Amino acid sequence: MSEPILQIENVSKTYAARRALFGRTAEVRALKDVSISVQKGESFGLVGESGSGKTTLTRSILHLETPSAGRILFEGQDLARLSPADLRRLRARVQIVFQDPYASLNPRMSVRDIVTEPMLVHHDILGLSRTQRTDRAAELLSLVGLGPQHLTRYPHEFSGGQRQRICIARALASGPELLLLDEPTSALDVSVQAQVLNLLCELQDRLGLTYFFISHDLAVVRYLCSRVALIYRGELVEEGTTDEIFDTPKSDYARMLIGAMPEVKVRRGATA
Amino acid sequence: MTDSVQTPRTEPVRHRDDRLRRALFRFSQSKLSMIGAAIVAVVLFFAVFGTVLAPFPGHVAGAVDTANQFQAPSAAHLFGTNELGQDVLSLVMAGTTVSVLAGFGVVLIGSVIGTLVGAVAGFVGGWTDEGLMRLTDLTLTIPSLILAMAIAAALGPGFTNMVIAISLSWWPGYARLVRGEVLAAREEVYVTAARAIGASPARILFRHILPNVVSPIIVKMSLDMGFAILTVAGLGFIGIGVRPPTPEWGTLLSLSRANMPGYWWTAMAPGLAMFLAVFGFNLLGDGLRDILDPKARR
Repeated sequence: MSEPILQIENVSKTYAARRALFGRTAEVRALKDVSISVQKGESFGLVGESGSGKTTLTRSILHLETPSAGRILFEGQDLARLSPADLRRLRARVQIVFQDPYASLNPRMSVRDIVTEPMLVHHDILGLSRTQRTDRAAELLSLVGLGPQHLTRYPHEFSGGQRQRICIARALASGPELLLLDEPTSALDVSVQAQVLNLLCELQDRLGLTYFFISHDLAVVRYLCSRVALIYRGELVEEGTTDEIFDTPKSDYARMLIGAMPEVKVRRGATA
Repeated sequence: MTDSVQTPRTEPVRHRDDRLRRALFRFSQSKLSMIGAAIVAVVLFFAVFGTVLAPFPGHVAGAVDTANQFQAPSAAHLFGTNELGQDVLSLVMAGTTVSVLAGFGVVLIGSVIGTLVGAVAGFVGGWTDEGLMRLTDLTLTIPSLILAMAIAAALGPGFTNMVIAISLSWWPGYARLVRGEVLAAREEVYVTAARAIGASPARILFRHILPNVVSPIIVKMSLDMGFAILTVAGLGFIGIGVRPPTPEWGTLLSLSRANMPGYWWTAMAPGLAMFLAVFGFNLLGDGLRDILDPKARR
């Protein structure tokens, strides 16, 4: 538990001003000097509202964007200094599950093609033959609660929860150690949310994964994560263990968020 | 309800069949689409068998029968005979092959070039995009028939040269269509997912982006077929296309111009054939658009 798998050091990201019809648009500072450290095997929650820089941070971790300043280290290796080949190899070990399961699966690919694609791309590392890939895909599907009979189907034949399971299977296909979960349940029905969250807990126990869980849903974060960071307008507001943050919040923003959490109160006898 | 036992293996196949059947059903619900499909089927039939089925195969090969010139339509010659005494129906039937083949060639070459240019421009972006799209705009500003005339004149007349000439003025439409579609598809989450997996740019373009933009391309191809046939006939009309005696609609029409208005039937048959082919391909294209690309409906 002591070894950090992911270190985000003083990362800033500024989107340059663009020429508009009249003058220039203001530059956008999406991230300001953010530092986070995620330990191996833990579930780290990142909480923030829309536009707070959560997505920019995930894109930076995946190296789909380059930070304007600061470093992102995966197991001590600076992502920005990796050669393209090393970066590709690293992509097998860091995977992501997106928020919208309806948009994140290619409608023209069968489930088999979707789930085996990471194995095909990382053929040099995994070295699986065609039949082995299909077997592994079936195995992954049963791991996420689907079955081999779903291999030849297409995404449109599945419900939102099932699609999210396919996304999880795809993310697991390359054998990652760190999984970024970008609000994986916020597009799902409440009952399905619980199923997917339980599946994620189960998978973590079984495969020893590290989760970087992004959400604006405090209840979900409290359920799943051991440590939490709050981000507001690109700045890290507070960081600590889940219990610390929820029981003794230090910042006003944290208190405000926790105060805004909907509580289910059962009023017995109120109408009687 | 013929088989109540279903093995899991056949089930997915049934699912895909279902989708196809539903699309076919929707297509068959539209009378105009069905008429279009029927006309196209007839045109394609004559394109393949026209030369064989022609009642006077000798005339197709270039035989002349001046004793029977300018016969009015009758039972023996349904569309009459021309100035050389050749059966007009036979010539038109045989001419289908050249027209359809040339039209198909133009659309195919044009769509392949256009798709490649548009896909690369939209996918790579930046200066590549600028360069390729300005080239496309430049090609668009030149009237296609004039460009085709210039190219045909430079390369010399003939079937292949004509197809190449028209194709070279045909691709910009596809380039612009595909670029727009690629720009939209590039931002899809599944493309980001493929990037996160570590897929190569070529893999992302050919496996994730292009398969999701084929529908509008196919629709445009079927809509363009008619116009391509018309352009081919236009080049034939001004004498840059296929040379007589090979029968071709545009050439036939051009030759019969001298016979107007007295021997109107020599012009009517090829004109009617062209009209029907263009009409059929347009109706079919509209029908395909409705089932493949409903959002493009106007």
